[in-house]
Amino acid sequence: MQRVPSYISRSVAGSYDNEAVAIFALIFTFYLYIKTLNTGSLFYATLNAIAYFYMVCSWGGYTFIINLIPMHVLLCIVTGRYSSRLYIAYAPLVVLGTLLASLVPVVGFNAVMTSEHFASFLVFIIIHVVALVYYIKGILSPKMFKVAVTFVVSIGVVVCGAVLAVLIALVASSPTKGWSGRSLSLLDPTYASKYIPIIASVSEHQPPTWPSYFMDINVLAFLVPAGIIACFSPLSDASSFVILYIVTSVYFSGVMVRLMLVLAPAACIMSGIALSAAFDVFTRSIKFQLPGATENSERDAGETSSNSVVAQNDVAKTEKNEDAVKERPSKKNRKKEKEKENVEKPSVKSQIKKKLLILPLEASIIAIFLLVLLGAFYVVHCVWAAAEAYSAPSIVLTSHSHDGLHVFDDFREAYAWLSHNTEVDDKVASWWDYGYQTTAMANRTVIVDNNTWNNTHIATVGTAMSSPEKAAWEIFNSLDVKYVLVVFGGLVGYPSDDINKFLWMVRIGGGVFPHIKEPDYLRDGQYRIDSQATPTMLNCLMYKLSYYRFVETDGKAFDRVRRTEIGKKYFKLTHFEEVFTTHHWMVRIYKLKPPKNRIRGRAKKSKSKASSTTGTKRIGTKKKNPWH
Amino acid sequence: MRSASEHDKVEGFPVHFALNLVLVSSESRSKVLLAMARSTSKDAQALLHSFRSAYAATPTNLKIIDLYVGFAVFTALIQIAYIAIVGSFPFNAFLSGLLSCIGTAVLAVCLRIQVNRENKEFKDLPPERAFADFVLCNLVLHLVIMNFLG
Repeated sequence: MQRVPSYISRSVAGSYDNEAVAIFALIFTFYLYIKTLNTGSLFYATLNAIAYFYMVCSWGGYTFIINLIPMHVLLCIVTGRYSSRLYIAYAPLVVLGTLLASLVPVVGFNAVMTSEHFASFLVFIIIHVVALVYYIKGILSPKMFKVAVTFVVSIGVVVCGAVLAVLIALVASSPTKGWSGRSLSLLDPTYASKYIPIIASVSEHQPPTWPSYFMDINVLAFLVPAGIIACFSPLSDASSFVILYIVTSVYFSGVMVRLMLVLAPAACIMSGIALSAAFDVFTRSIKFQLPGATENSERDAGETSSNSVVAQNDVAKTEKNEDAVKERPSKKNRKKEKEKENVEKPSVKSQIKKKLLILPLEASIIAIFLLVLLGAFYVVHCVWAAAEAYSAPSIVLTSHSHDGLHVFDDFREAYAWLSHNTEVDDKVASWWDYGYQTTAMANRTVIVDNNTWNNTHIATVGTAMSSPEKAAWEIFNSLDVKYVLVVFGGLVGYPSDDINKFLWMVRIGGGVFPHIKEPDYLRDGQYRIDSQATPTMLNCLMYKLSYYRFVETDGKAFDRVRRTEIGKKYFKLTHFEEVFTTHHWMVRIYKLKPPKNRIRGRAKKSKSKASSTTGTKRIGTKKKNPWH
Repeated sequence: MRSASEHDKVEGFPVHFALNLVLVSSESRSKVLLAMARSTSKDAQALLHSFRSAYAATPTNLKIIDLYVGFAVFTALIQIAYIAIVGSFPFNAFLSGLLSCIGTAVLAVCLRIQVNRENKEFKDLPPERAFADFVLCNLVLHLVIMNFLG
């Protein structure tokens, strides 16, 4: 599983996000749960709860566990697989798990108050009821049990109805029915785009495309169905759990491409099951059909007839017939063979449950070879994916052209400039994508970074980027910002620059500050920066900071990403001054101009009053914003 | 009765007969109900009796565990009554108290399951091991609760 690209995607060059740890915790918790289910030991139940605590500490995705396990318990109860081991596996986990989850500050009391956890409590109650029913059934005689059932059902229905009514009233009173935004966006994929633009804007939260499935889990994609079928042949508690896990993770990964991560371990497990079953069959076929050991194989067949070997191919049958023909001349062998057949037939009939498949020798050898080849391709693909797709440090970009390899090192250039040419306390404002990079490489404070936990703050920056210069200057001044950084790809054709991300700035800003209205920036429903652009768009800070002096590059100001000439080509910046632009114009840094000392209106007044001096400073005047 | 006499005036004998029938049927209905009630109470009594006799057959150590479970649940109920009366201000304290009661009850039930000699699945499990697991789990539970009690 460590090869699967989806798991590798969460860690780059040795540094890792919390999901790399979380997936290990997830699998560990599931493993311990299955172990407890199989052994029924309370010790493993305790370990299970501790592993669950580890999972809660590492990732918000722990709600997946606390909903999947109750679902599985319910499934087991409904399919009649209730056993006391199930109770031991589940009940302590709920109590200890809820307590441990409330210990984590992020979760706190949400562990008992939000709808995400209600499933576990509901199934907790259900499993107690079922346990009690089984216990009473064990003690009483069948007649008495029936009486008890009628008694309890009549009372219980009334009580349950009352409790349910209260619960429903409580839950329905809250607007989101108690679910948090993140969970709702998973259950209803369109929720985020309607209500929470910042969640919708993250590229990892978009639904995945079909090729990305193949890219991320490669060969496993078609081994998984084989594994599901293999799981059904001895359907135990554990295999039903794995099936449930993979079905739910496939659904959730279809909603958010980031959750392919949760699918990956399930896919690995399923494929492992499928492959091991396949290898089992093939190696067994080879073992039984090794050439030059016909007598051995007979004996083996005789011995294993108690395991009811059933040949399913005509080829195998003809092999046996050949053996029979060979043996016919000798009476002793004929007897043995008859006995063998007789022994085989009843054993076949008696043990139809354990049918072992034997395929012809050549077919199984080729099949094993092909499977190994498949594994080799998988490894090659994973290594390639890890190297090319998931390790590319997006801070240094490369492009291959006819005259060799071009390296675009603009980001590091800009960060180096920042770290050398600004004061240590200066604050830099940019869009949140570059937050971590700026903090790490330029060693300067940023306003918003990739953590994106403060939506209002990000909305403030977004509003500033979408406002005209004066308003933007005021916002940035109130945040004590000295430098503004924009990423611009128009000169070289770098597609993920800030103008392309601009729609999210407008949406997120508009979500918090209602004076930013998205239709102001749209012409015919599209964001345009050419001559057809709206005046709001042409006056907003992002446009001006991106295209300032752009016309000097080629005279026509042709934007290579949007593939059009820009609308407003010649303009001056009044509140910002350009301090640095990188080699390929990819990163542009601007400084906020300090407010003017002289207030023009006042100076004129003083001129008319006192006819001699010009430019006198009025010290005792009321402090007014100079830009008004 | 007034209507009956009026009907008597109007229709005479059949109505009287019908009325008698109604009376009789209501009587019988009430009789039937009474009989049902009696049978249910009899059933309930028989049920309780059989339950009691079956329970008396359980070994003493299991009965002790059951007593312990009952005590834990009783403590939980007291806490719920308290929060209903006084309110749940230090919510973490309430939560930890309640969950500790429920937790010990659950763990005791698990112990009972594992120690019960009639339980086929746990034939090979020595009761000392089951008790050791029980103690370990309780230790972890109470550690967490002490932490959470605040």
